[in-house]
Amino acid sequence: MTNTWQDIKNADVVVVMGGNAAEAHPCGFKWVIEAKIENGAKLVVIDPRFTRTASVADYYAPIRPGTDIAFLLGVIRYLLEKDKIQHDYVRAYTNASLIVKDGFGFEDGLFSGYSEETHSYDKSSWDYELDDQAFAKIDDTWQHPRCVMNLLRQHVARYTPEMVSRICGTPQDKYLHICEMFASTSAPDKAMTSLFALGWTQHSIGSQNIRTMAMVQLLLGNIGVAGGGMNALRGHSNIQGLTDIGLLSNLMPGYLTLPSDKETNFEDYMTTRLFKPVRPNQMSYWQNYKKFFVSFQKSIYGDAATPENNWAYDWLPKLDIPLYDVIKAFEMMNKGEMNGYICQGFNPVQAFPDRGKIRRGLSKLKFLVTMDPLDTETSRFWEDFGPQNPADSANIQTEVFQLPTTCFAEENGSLVNSTRWLQWHWKAAEPPGEAKSDIWIMASIYHRMREMYRKEGGAFPDPILNLTWNYTDPTDPDPEELAKDMNGRARTEIKDASGAVTLKAGQLLDGFAQLRDDGTTESGCWIFSGCYTEKGNQMARRDTSDPREQGIAPNWAWAWPANRRILYNRASADVEGKPWNPKKPLIEWNGNKWVGIDVPDYGPTIKPSDGVGPFIMNAEGLGRLFARDQMVEGPFPEHYEPFESPVPNVLHPKVRSNPAARVFPDDLAAFGLAPEFPYVATTYRLTEHFHFWTKHALINAILQPEEFIEIGEVLAQQKGITQGSWVRVASKRGHVVCKAYVTKRIKPLTVDGKPTHVIGVPIHWGFTGQARKGYGANTLTPSVGDANTQTPEFKAFLVNIESTSAPVA
Amino acid sequence: MADLQSQDYIRRSATTLTPPSVRNHEAEVAKLIDVTRCIGCKACQAACMEWNDLRTEMQSFEGSYDNPKDLDPSTWTLMRFTEHETADGNLEWLIRKDGCMHCEDPGCLKACPAPGAIVQYANGIVDFISENCIGCGYCVKGCPFNIPRISKVDHKSYKCTLCSDRVGVGLEPACVKACPTGAIMFGSKADMADWAGERIVDLKSRGYENAGLYDPPGVSGTHVMYVLHHADKPSLYAGLPDDPKISAAVEFWKGLIKPVALAGVALAAVSGFLHWVVAGPNEVQPEDEVEAQHLLAAERSKRDTENRYIADEPA
Repeated sequence: MTNTWQDIKNADVVVVMGGNAAEAHPCGFKWVIEAKIENGAKLVVIDPRFTRTASVADYYAPIRPGTDIAFLLGVIRYLLEKDKIQHDYVRAYTNASLIVKDGFGFEDGLFSGYSEETHSYDKSSWDYELDDQAFAKIDDTWQHPRCVMNLLRQHVARYTPEMVSRICGTPQDKYLHICEMFASTSAPDKAMTSLFALGWTQHSIGSQNIRTMAMVQLLLGNIGVAGGGMNALRGHSNIQGLTDIGLLSNLMPGYLTLPSDKETNFEDYMTTRLFKPVRPNQMSYWQNYKKFFVSFQKSIYGDAATPENNWAYDWLPKLDIPLYDVIKAFEMMNKGEMNGYICQGFNPVQAFPDRGKIRRGLSKLKFLVTMDPLDTETSRFWEDFGPQNPADSANIQTEVFQLPTTCFAEENGSLVNSTRWLQWHWKAAEPPGEAKSDIWIMASIYHRMREMYRKEGGAFPDPILNLTWNYTDPTDPDPEELAKDMNGRARTEIKDASGAVTLKAGQLLDGFAQLRDDGTTESGCWIFSGCYTEKGNQMARRDTSDPREQGIAPNWAWAWPANRRILYNRASADVEGKPWNPKKPLIEWNGNKWVGIDVPDYGPTIKPSDGVGPFIMNAEGLGRLFARDQMVEGPFPEHYEPFESPVPNVLHPKVRSNPAARVFPDDLAAFGLAPEFPYVATTYRLTEHFHFWTKHALINAILQPEEFIEIGEVLAQQKGITQGSWVRVASKRGHVVCKAYVTKRIKPLTVDGKPTHVIGVPIHWGFTGQARKGYGANTLTPSVGDANTQTPEFKAFLVNIESTSAPVA
Repeated sequence: MADLQSQDYIRRSATTLTPPSVRNHEAEVAKLIDVTRCIGCKACQAACMEWNDLRTEMQSFEGSYDNPKDLDPSTWTLMRFTEHETADGNLEWLIRKDGCMHCEDPGCLKACPAPGAIVQYANGIVDFISENCIGCGYCVKGCPFNIPRISKVDHKSYKCTLCSDRVGVGLEPACVKACPTGAIMFGSKADMADWAGERIVDLKSRGYENAGLYDPPGVSGTHVMYVLHHADKPSLYAGLPDDPKISAAVEFWKGLIKPVALAGVALAAVSGFLHWVVAGPNEVQPEDEVEAQHLLAAERSKRDTENRYIADEPA
């Protein structure tokens, strides 16, 4: 989230699209209700189904799964055509005025630079035209034909209301009504907040879904302001922490990126990370990358990381492909290229697409280690559970080690919530049986591995043998010790220019501004620096006081970065530093410095007249309507159909789906076609359950006991399916047999003149736990991910459905 | 929940004794359920199960989100979901938390023939005192909202207590505490009516012309009230009675027939005494015990066979 949960109450319009906040985030949703009651906000819901969120909405419109970009590019067209953008904001704070290179173009669904062979782009033309000082050229009159604003106008011209309705199936009147509601927040003192979740990420164009709304929000002047922002509601209590700490295969902590195998030396690696400003006077904060990187290396390798060995750069793994994501891992298992798998707090038999492929992959392993508080399906994949998991145990040679772990309530630690707060929690109960903490298990594995490397050598022992490990109990590091590692400390006495000591050796840092690139500081995760200082554990703070009652509460827990609650908050004030909305100011310029209720996302004493842009992480200091080379499938979003879709891409039939997506040949062969699988399916969660966990708890099982799908009345009638009866839903990859909920909440959509039916598939049931056994929605879903992140396309695929009888156990 | 003294009673079933009502100075309480801000998450249901330590039988999916399917002796509150199409073709998903309404003039209490099995406290809560309940089912007939349920195991009647044990020590009911959107509020009835008024103004400004408070006069008002978008048609909300009244039969019994019937009861008592003198007392026979055990065992084994595989529940 750019903003906080509490800040939602400041919104004038709340749009829930690409998510189902009431259903999946019921506790946080209280702030939407608060916005409605206390701020007179209007709630807009755009969703294929009439959801629990829609049940309390002021306005609802349906949309075909996987067509959000068409809808939102249509919104942009509307805003530009009706001149409903916040002009001063767009001109000063976005890259609308910058001029793009001559070679950039878009034709028949492809941007310039596409290679048919590699399914990827040469992005060199996706950039600004530079002047002789290497700064981007600018035309703030927006006359130049290649300024971003004019290229954007040209790009969205195709997305007329007729076209939007033809692609999305949203009735034109409803679509236009929503455009009007969005447009009302282009006034400088009005704000709209966008709440989204997996409904946008789980698409082969997921990242671009989110980007398109971010562009809408920039045009409306809704980024950086109270009640605005792009707010990703994370799906798990610590999934934000997972990304922050770099648990993706191409990341290191704090969004530092792993080197590729082409970056064989440290200098090459650094030159591509230290983004130089492309406009004069910009902060371009990633210029500090080396300070963060060196401090990270010192944190894990201590004295062994030296200037001479380039801070142990050679000990880092180098990627030969962009990402070793989960889809790739299971592809490798199936090919026999991955023989062991450690599943820590992860249940891929339920959670990853094409369950048949997941089970085949696990069956080919030599060993599988599961670490989980629950008896997961993954740890039991080899056992025959009847039709829901028909395993031939005798022919599965995988050795499974099932390690029971503590759950969050049985240990101290911190969780990072959606709004970037690190909140400390305290152990409330003893773990049952033999359960051990993840820290204990990982430390124990590390010690044994290190011993083996010590005794037996090995291909490359250095990265393991040189790890620092300074904990009171080396077999069970204390969460507070680990938190201090993340925060960082001075390794030696540090003096300022006058010679005065600013940091004593070993002193915990106050924040990342103190990090240095000379090896004198260390920090395990630079964005967390400030969470555990000499003043104590900032994450454990529980002060609810909230100046101006705007949902900032600066002394409750601690937020990264730098305890800043609203990102880009410099943009809440105009060019002179006066708040756009005087009733809800965040920070303002008082003549000497920036003051207000939040920590400025800006240099605290940078004068407004210096012309430093509010988006300090970007090299141009501006919000990007044109993404340069940051996205794999284009600097502007474009509507591409899901990989399984019932209709052609009416905009460019030859380029139907994301041209830059990675698709493995066996997965491609497992995509279904509309003649055989004519209905659009989408998966989702229900309030009664949390993923695949709460089916292990009796109360939740009582509240939603059994697997079902949702089908509209019209299709049910056509297929002879009655309320609560058994149905068989099949995709090219597998089938589920479960009950049908015949509902008015899903209506056929008219797409390109033809009726399109949507079938809803909730995900929660499996074959372990207390609820009734289910087949699992991922039995049906295709194995293809977002082209940037490889998040699987769970939200739009093709199925067929027929009436059947109960499965025979 | 018989955790309050009888001095707290203002009404007591099947008795002519006037309770001392020493706490009449207390404000009447009310739970206000704002249907228009309810998201149907069932946190109230879960909280009710947790606080009262109830786990009804796990059922199956039968074509709606209502689960369990109905109120039962171990399900004292239940979300009921209604898909409603408006005249202009738009959809509304009306979600109502069902449970005891705690009527000011409780039909169950009036109908109850067992002395002290149903009581009403000074704060308005209507409570069932299980040890006095004879399981006759008259409360079910007397209730205009179809709430009480008789246990097949002990033949006693059960329903929501409005967490009288919590309210008695100054806490809000468990469902109120758990509600994430503030759709369930609790306080004095006067404050709740005031707050409802504010909500109704907001709803009218959003186009719900018939928004209003459900506090039905047919039972002299209730201590559980609803804010409805369509207060003109309560029955849209899974059959909430439009104009609930205590059934005419109950009123007839209480008014005219009772004295006559009491004579009949006296006659029955005399006959019973004679039977005792002549034939000896009626006792719980071994076969009755066997029948009760059988019922319990059947429920247990049903649960087991439906869950061939039961994992260890995390502690």
